[in-house]
Amino acid sequence: MRAPTEPFPAAARRELANDQLRANLRNATETIRAKRAGVVAELPDWEELREAGRAIKADVLAHLDTYLVQFEQAVQAAGGRVHWARDAAEANAVVAAVAQSHGVTEVVKVKSLTTDEIELNAALAAEGIEAIETDFAELILQLDGDWSSHILVPAIHRNRTEIRDLFARTIAPGLTSDSPEKLAEASRRYLREKFLDARVGVSGGNFGVAETGTVVVLESEGNGRMCTTLPPVLVTVLGIEKLVPTFDDLGVFLQLLPRSATGERMNPYTSLWTGVTPGDGPQELHVVLLDNGRTRVLRDEVGRQALHCIRCSACLNVCPVYSRTGGHAYGSVYPGPIGAILTPQLVGIENAASLPFASSLCGACYEVCPVKIDIPSVLLHLRAAAVRAKAPLAERAAMALGAFAFGGGRRLALAQRLARLAQRPFLQDGRISRLPPPLSAWTHTRDLKALPRRSFREWWSTR
Amino acid sequence: MRVALLATCIGDTLFPETSRATVAVLEQLGHEVVFPLQQTCCGQMHVNSGYVREGQRLGERAARVFRAYDVVVSPSSSCVGHLREHVPAFRDRLFELSELLVERLGVEDVGAAFPHRVVYHPTCHSLRVTRVGDAPLRLLRSVRGLELAELGEADECCGFGGTFAVKNADTSSAILADKCAAIEASGADVCTALDGSCLMQIGGGLSRRGSAARTLHLAEILAAR
Repeated sequence: MRAPTEPFPAAARRELANDQLRANLRNATETIRAKRAGVVAELPDWEELREAGRAIKADVLAHLDTYLVQFEQAVQAAGGRVHWARDAAEANAVVAAVAQSHGVTEVVKVKSLTTDEIELNAALAAEGIEAIETDFAELILQLDGDWSSHILVPAIHRNRTEIRDLFARTIAPGLTSDSPEKLAEASRRYLREKFLDARVGVSGGNFGVAETGTVVVLESEGNGRMCTTLPPVLVTVLGIEKLVPTFDDLGVFLQLLPRSATGERMNPYTSLWTGVTPGDGPQELHVVLLDNGRTRVLRDEVGRQALHCIRCSACLNVCPVYSRTGGHAYGSVYPGPIGAILTPQLVGIENAASLPFASSLCGACYEVCPVKIDIPSVLLHLRAAAVRAKAPLAERAAMALGAFAFGGGRRLALAQRLARLAQRPFLQDGRISRLPPPLSAWTHTRDLKALPRRSFREWWSTR
Repeated sequence: MRVALLATCIGDTLFPETSRATVAVLEQLGHEVVFPLQQTCCGQMHVNSGYVREGQRLGERAARVFRAYDVVVSPSSSCVGHLREHVPAFRDRLFELSELLVERLGVEDVGAAFPHRVVYHPTCHSLRVTRVGDAPLRLLRSVRGLELAELGEADECCGFGGTFAVKNADTSSAILADKCAAIEASGADVCTALDGSCLMQIGGGLSRRGSAARTLHLAEILAAR
């Protein structure tokens, strides 16, 4: 997976400067947050469901070897083919080879984070194969050479007028209206042709059922259903952590996911396919099981819970950081709180060291996570790893000095007296409005209350 | 009852009036307050910044300093939450002030009078780690003359987050701007909370904006007569 190209603070600064983006994000995240809270409150057993979701995922990860082989056998028994891919290159090669074996130069795609993670579209393009994104938002981004900023609402940073202008430039010359109906109609006209012509479809998967070999995709538009039923050949790329043991287990996740994701009781389209059914749907099915760093994440006892994630994006929508900066600041296909713990583990902490610090540790993400990923604890765990890997010398020195000053009551009292002297040149009307770097980062937007004449311990000692 | 006060490093250094108010409220209710002078910091800043070993050492040091006391109180939900989560010795005997008053001592009316329009900002630690529930609101509702106003998006973070406020200053300030706007929209003259650190962030923002509202720790409202 590609690592972020710049540290989070720098990327965030650029994104925060975009007022339109901030307004779009605030509206969108507030709306979806309220919807989620409403439908979650309807379920008296929500906490039990969360615990069940967590327990199932923990069991899958603990026995992943068994479940993967069981899944492979079930898919094969139902007439599908299973491919094992250690990394992105191997997975992309499988998809390209399938397309080439059918002599196609175009494939249609279901919205999928996993194929974004491995940059499948670029790999196929290099082989002369065009991948057409058929999810409405993904289509928008593809047409504009843009990239996703939200797990579930990839074009959350774009508004209707921008989309109308883009469509008029590309797939719908002459389009003048920016009404949702007209925009949907324009994309429908374009995509219907693509669906009917396609001979190979490509998808990811929300779940794979080990017991039956069934692949499951949840979506809202029905375009995914088109991709998985119309073309005679289907290739599904599935992260190895996406398995659930039994068909019954789906019952837990089909309640947790839609409510957490779009704030709906049920999503409009849930597609399930088990191998090949003669005369109905794709007659050739390939499932690519993708590792791409996941087994390395699995080795970390604290960090591995990030693999529980079912990609609902509830943590993004409640996050005070994400809802201000948007997804691009995270520099990864996995943005927000889950991205801050998943990306560094997938690409190596030294390649994404700033991401675990992109959080105020407010804990709102943990509270809403449908599979109870303790994101704040994993963030702390990864911060420690980041410090070990590459903390600046000045920071190490400051932290060591702090630890020394806190080593005893008298030392702290001395530090307080020294700080009072040090603040003198900066005092103005009982407050500090300008400090030199690095503390200027505080005073750039905030005043600082002056240190009082006496600390509490000094007052107490003279009481 | 004898209660040991954990003032916290920030509280001791920057907000002595909060700890003085805590002492006043408890003594008024007839309790004895002691302050072990060897106390310093709970280690949260180090742990949260990735310096786990140093932070854990400070937490254990705090446990030794307070070993002799059955009940420890602190006017900081953040440090209380941190210590209860990371240092087992504190789990059952360290209380945040409003928790101690309402849950443990059964007191809601401490005899305070504070004729102002006030909003309560539930800090993230008080909500999700220390879980003080509605104890602060019960105390505030019993304060004479105090008018409690509604705060929009109250449960959202103020953007402080310890070293986050400096490391990610732009994001922290963007979050803070919305919090300050919500406080101003409430028409309150005072924003109160259970954490000096969050109040330092909010107060710093309000002051820079030239806002009419100011910040005050809950303990200081409870000590007002």
